[in-house]
Amino acid sequence: MARKGTGRSVVISTLAAWLVGFLIFFPILWMVLASFKTELEAFATPPSFLFFHWTTENYVTVQERSDYLHHAFNSIVIAGGSTLLALLIAIPAAWSMAFSPTKRTKDILLWMLSTKMMPSVGVLVPIYLIFRDFGLLDTRIGLVFLLCLGNLPIVIWMLFTYFKEIPRDILEAARMDGATIGRELVYVLTPMAIPGLASTMLLNLILAWNEAFWTLNLSTLEAAPLTTFIASYSSPEGLFWAKLSAASTLAVAPILIIGWFSQRQLVRGLTFGAVK
Amino acid sequence: MGRITLEGVQKSFGPVHIIKGADLDIPDGAFVVFVGPSGCGKTTLLRLIAGLEDVSGGRILIDGNNVVDVPPAKRGLSMVFQSYALYPHMSVRGNIAFGLKMAGLPKAEINQKVEAAAATLNLTPYLDRKPRELSGGQRQRVAIGRAIVREPKAFLFDEPLSNLDAALRVQMRLEVTRLQKQLGTTAIYVTHDQVEAMTMADKIVVLNAGRIEQYGSPIELYQRPANLFVAGFIGSPKMNLITGEEAARRGATTIGVRPEHVAIVDEGGEGWRGEVLVAEHLGSDTFLYVDAGPLGTLTVRCVGEKRLTAGDHVTLRPEPSRVYRFDGNGTAIFG
Repeated sequence: MARKGTGRSVVISTLAAWLVGFLIFFPILWMVLASFKTELEAFATPPSFLFFHWTTENYVTVQERSDYLHHAFNSIVIAGGSTLLALLIAIPAAWSMAFSPTKRTKDILLWMLSTKMMPSVGVLVPIYLIFRDFGLLDTRIGLVFLLCLGNLPIVIWMLFTYFKEIPRDILEAARMDGATIGRELVYVLTPMAIPGLASTMLLNLILAWNEAFWTLNLSTLEAAPLTTFIASYSSPEGLFWAKLSAASTLAVAPILIIGWFSQRQLVRGLTFGAVK
Repeated sequence: MGRITLEGVQKSFGPVHIIKGADLDIPDGAFVVFVGPSGCGKTTLLRLIAGLEDVSGGRILIDGNNVVDVPPAKRGLSMVFQSYALYPHMSVRGNIAFGLKMAGLPKAEINQKVEAAAATLNLTPYLDRKPRELSGGQRQRVAIGRAIVREPKAFLFDEPLSNLDAALRVQMRLEVTRLQKQLGTTAIYVTHDQVEAMTMADKIVVLNAGRIEQYGSPIELYQRPANLFVAGFIGSPKMNLITGEEAARRGATTIGVRPEHVAIVDEGGEGWRGEVLVAEHLGSDTFLYVDAGPLGTLTVRCVGEKRLTAGDHVTLRPEPSRVYRFDGNGTAIFG
């Protein structure tokens, strides 16, 4: 922090930062505000910003018409389950690639990432047929597996970059100190990898929570998470902006709160271990 | 006890031979330094002894037992790494205690040993700090503490002082030597710094391109270098090496004479004539770089202050008993 700005430049850059922040945040703010309006006010022109008739009626209607808690529970099971399953597979995979790489390690990593380059819709029909034949349509377990597989390349990549940052010397020092592989994992590697594991878990949780393509196509009611719940309010008979906003607010609230409290880990997660 | 014997130890990574057959006997309690230019295999040899690398051939014996198939943890050695390799999430106490904890010692005994090690290394006030809150020298001492607390059969040091500044390096050099003598534990110390090697070692192993060139006490290496490589590597400033007619006259392909064994004689006397190129006045010594025509540039070390400057003409005379002779293969000719 050798560079210290003058008073005026600090004011200008602070204002600019707030402005950009506000612009990015504005759609979410607008959604929250709209959820407290009546349906008429919600699409009135010119729109009213703060001076409207505040009501919580939309939230009541939304809860009456569709069971928010049921969908929220599905979201938690699907996002949480797929994240845990992905970590369970990714930790040993990333571990072996980071600490005993072979000639093909780089190729395997690239191949895994390349699976993310194909548009999901390209495999919709085969996946739908597989789900149908195995009786996985509209089941939570099916979505847990699918989202886990979908995010696995990213999880492995992230963990790989974190593990790579851990100096080999330290693991060798533990080995010289008499630690077995198991104890080395428990006492040395895991504590050093916790920030990386935490940010990977958070990022994957958010990706899985917000995933809409597969959840919309493969679930109807039983296993439908919050994404389906939101989508059900954009119906062909006409849009209910206020109710849609209320549903959306309810859907993003949990993840917004988690994100708020774990900003540091998230930023680190999003920079993909590039910042040391 | 900590006698370490290497018998025909080899190591290759794929087609590249790093260690080409090393035989060595390190007696119990000795301080042995592996020295050589970078890439000579000294660190690899140390890692083979530690068990962090597997040998490609040969045997490593610790107190007579072959340990090539024994994992590092079971060899009873401890190692100090160049990067210190402290556990960043543990306090100094945790770092020093880790090995004892892994060995399953009772808590009271661990505490007592950690306190004792910390006292020896002046670390007592820092026991509850994390490594990132310590200076380089303190971190180095923690790494040493972690090594001594386990009372190993031998210490392995991998260039432990190379990250410290010059003044601290000299101080730590003394501390490490004193500590090793006090504990009487075998130590193997890797460095590329021949001054460190000469000052610390009971015995020096000079390595070059994966081979042991010579194994002996510092003074043996200085007085009777086995070949050109050792002659050029040990001693500072470097030995003057002269080829051609002057060497042939003495029945050798190359002759060598150390800067401190060349005297300046009065003008007109017998000797090598030359012109001073650079004169370095250090007060205690004067270093002269002399252009001696067909002999090349010679370095001369004179004790005390010599009033000579660039451009002066001098006559040099080597001490006859200190002229080393080498044959066409670079092997020393004695007698």
